[in-house]
Amino acid sequence: MPANAHVTYSGARALSRGSILSRATVRRLSERAIESLLLVAALFSIAITLAIVGILLYESERFFRHVSLVDFFTDTQWTVLFAEPRYGILPLVSGTIVTSAVALAVALPLGTTIAIYLSEYASVEAREILKPILELLSAVPTVVFGYFALLFVTPLLQRLLPNLPGFNMLSAGTVIGVMILPYVSSLSEDAMKAVPVHIREGSYAMGATRFQTATRVLVPAAFSGIASAYVLGFSRAVGETMVVAVAAGTQPNLTLNPMEGAATITAYIVQVSLGDLPHGSIAYQSIFAAGLTLMLMTLAFNVGGYWLRKRFRETY
Amino acid sequence: MADIEKALARRKILDRVFGIVGLIATLVGMVTLAALIGALAIDGAGRLSWHFFTSFPSRFPSQAGILSAWVGSALVMLVTALSAVPMGVAAGVYLEEYAPKNWLTAVIEINIANLAGVPSIVYGLMALGLFVYQFNLGHTILTAGLTLALLILPIVIVATRESIRAVPSAMREAAYALGATKWQTVRDHVLPYSTGGILTGVIIALSRAIGETAPLITIGALTFIAFLPGAPFKPEFPFISFEWLMSPFTVLPIQMFNWISRPQEEFHLNAAAAGLVLIAMTLLMNGIAVYLRYRLRKRIQW
Repeated sequence: MPANAHVTYSGARALSRGSILSRATVRRLSERAIESLLLVAALFSIAITLAIVGILLYESERFFRHVSLVDFFTDTQWTVLFAEPRYGILPLVSGTIVTSAVALAVALPLGTTIAIYLSEYASVEAREILKPILELLSAVPTVVFGYFALLFVTPLLQRLLPNLPGFNMLSAGTVIGVMILPYVSSLSEDAMKAVPVHIREGSYAMGATRFQTATRVLVPAAFSGIASAYVLGFSRAVGETMVVAVAAGTQPNLTLNPMEGAATITAYIVQVSLGDLPHGSIAYQSIFAAGLTLMLMTLAFNVGGYWLRKRFRETY
Repeated sequence: MADIEKALARRKILDRVFGIVGLIATLVGMVTLAALIGALAIDGAGRLSWHFFTSFPSRFPSQAGILSAWVGSALVMLVTALSAVPMGVAAGVYLEEYAPKNWLTAVIEINIANLAGVPSIVYGLMALGLFVYQFNLGHTILTAGLTLALLILPIVIVATRESIRAVPSAMREAAYALGATKWQTVRDHVLPYSTGGILTGVIIALSRAIGETAPLITIGALTFIAFLPGAPFKPEFPFISFEWLMSPFTVLPIQMFNWISRPQEEFHLNAAAAGLVLIAMTLLMNGIAVYLRYRLRKRIQW
């Protein structure tokens, strides 16, 4: 009996060892497979970027077979949909820059003030309530802001400026400015909060008021973070579409006067997309050239912001 | 001495004045939000009725409704959530739990940060060139859902990473100590603990997607749709139908945009009513997310 039991025991051991081995192999293989799957998901984000750049370049290249780069950047008319089309991007670029400039003129001073207030003046309880409510501003759909700009802000501005046309960049830009306010204020506040306490305390110990501490110590110390907030605000303003499409008009207009109406790059893309343009036509390709210009503008500003941040970075 | 005291007094006044200016600046933001909601409510509340939700758009403003728009929004969101969530969570898990510290990981991370800054209309252009004309998916619900999925993917990835990072490493070490593999640890411990945080991020991402207009106009959404996509269920075998994926569509923000662009004022009232519905949905989603975050912060004590 004992011998028999021994045989059974070793047999079972051999059997189970075999199954353990094969189970371990299966396990290792499935672990590998899962890791590769997850890697593919992560790599997918790079595929998106490649697709964006690829499609923009591919369709723009076809556009620039018909339109010379010199015309594109020097002609002062953008009349792609007309019988005698002209292909100068400048009017769309000027519209984009003017609306963004108005937006930044609203959002930067207001946002920085709010950031200083929330970080240095407001009590913890007040900040816990005020900050999330303010951030709701960026959750409102942009088309709703468009409605607000066209049917609320424009009539309001027209009371102050009777000659203001119904479609104008001032109203659209102001509303975009309020829309990007939370980006500027929240990120700037985070940057100021990240300045080490001893620097703040050093300033107070020297007898500085909260205002002096904020403007002369904290803002310079947090400059790189504040600059990032500004750059993000600008990117949002430049890429904003529905507010300008609704409230700034669809007429390309080479002007730097915000009291006029003018189409932006994004508004032009929307206007063309709403019509039923045949695939492969030059007007179809023109929206990709416009989109590429938009991407390059954002990129240029981001590179500028990166340089600024690097130049003024403070480390503790 | 008197000079110093004067300067001191001036500085203190300046300090106080700035406190008031800061409060006013903060209030400007809030008053704008209130004015926005107030303007929509005054113009649009009268149009909100059962009829408004169950009618198709119409030439007659008083008969027009948002039936095809909200059904379209719901179906597009379904496609968006089903494609963005698995993809985003998988990418987030890889970057947080698996990724070695090398150049490839660095490139992926920088790339995700940059994607978040790409204007949404550019995603629309990419989808128009790629999905509509290269993959021949047409101007359909499927194309729209995938486009918005790409748009919110960075948000989902970042939210996943943040909530996974909040799981203490003691949890992982305990699992490893009991012989669990990496995937078992992630599946049975790390992911369940971070579900709440991921869910919060997904809700925020979807609330952004539901208000997106520009990329969907770019891929060729229609502005006037007087029919519903095919039902996803049918009485005969195989009971499920995916016809609706290939159906043309409109969504709530596009319907609203269409009504704003009309010259007749009655349509502007419809636009305000659609805007109210839209803003109620986004604020509700954000409210749920804030509440979830608050609950989680309170309940989980490591």
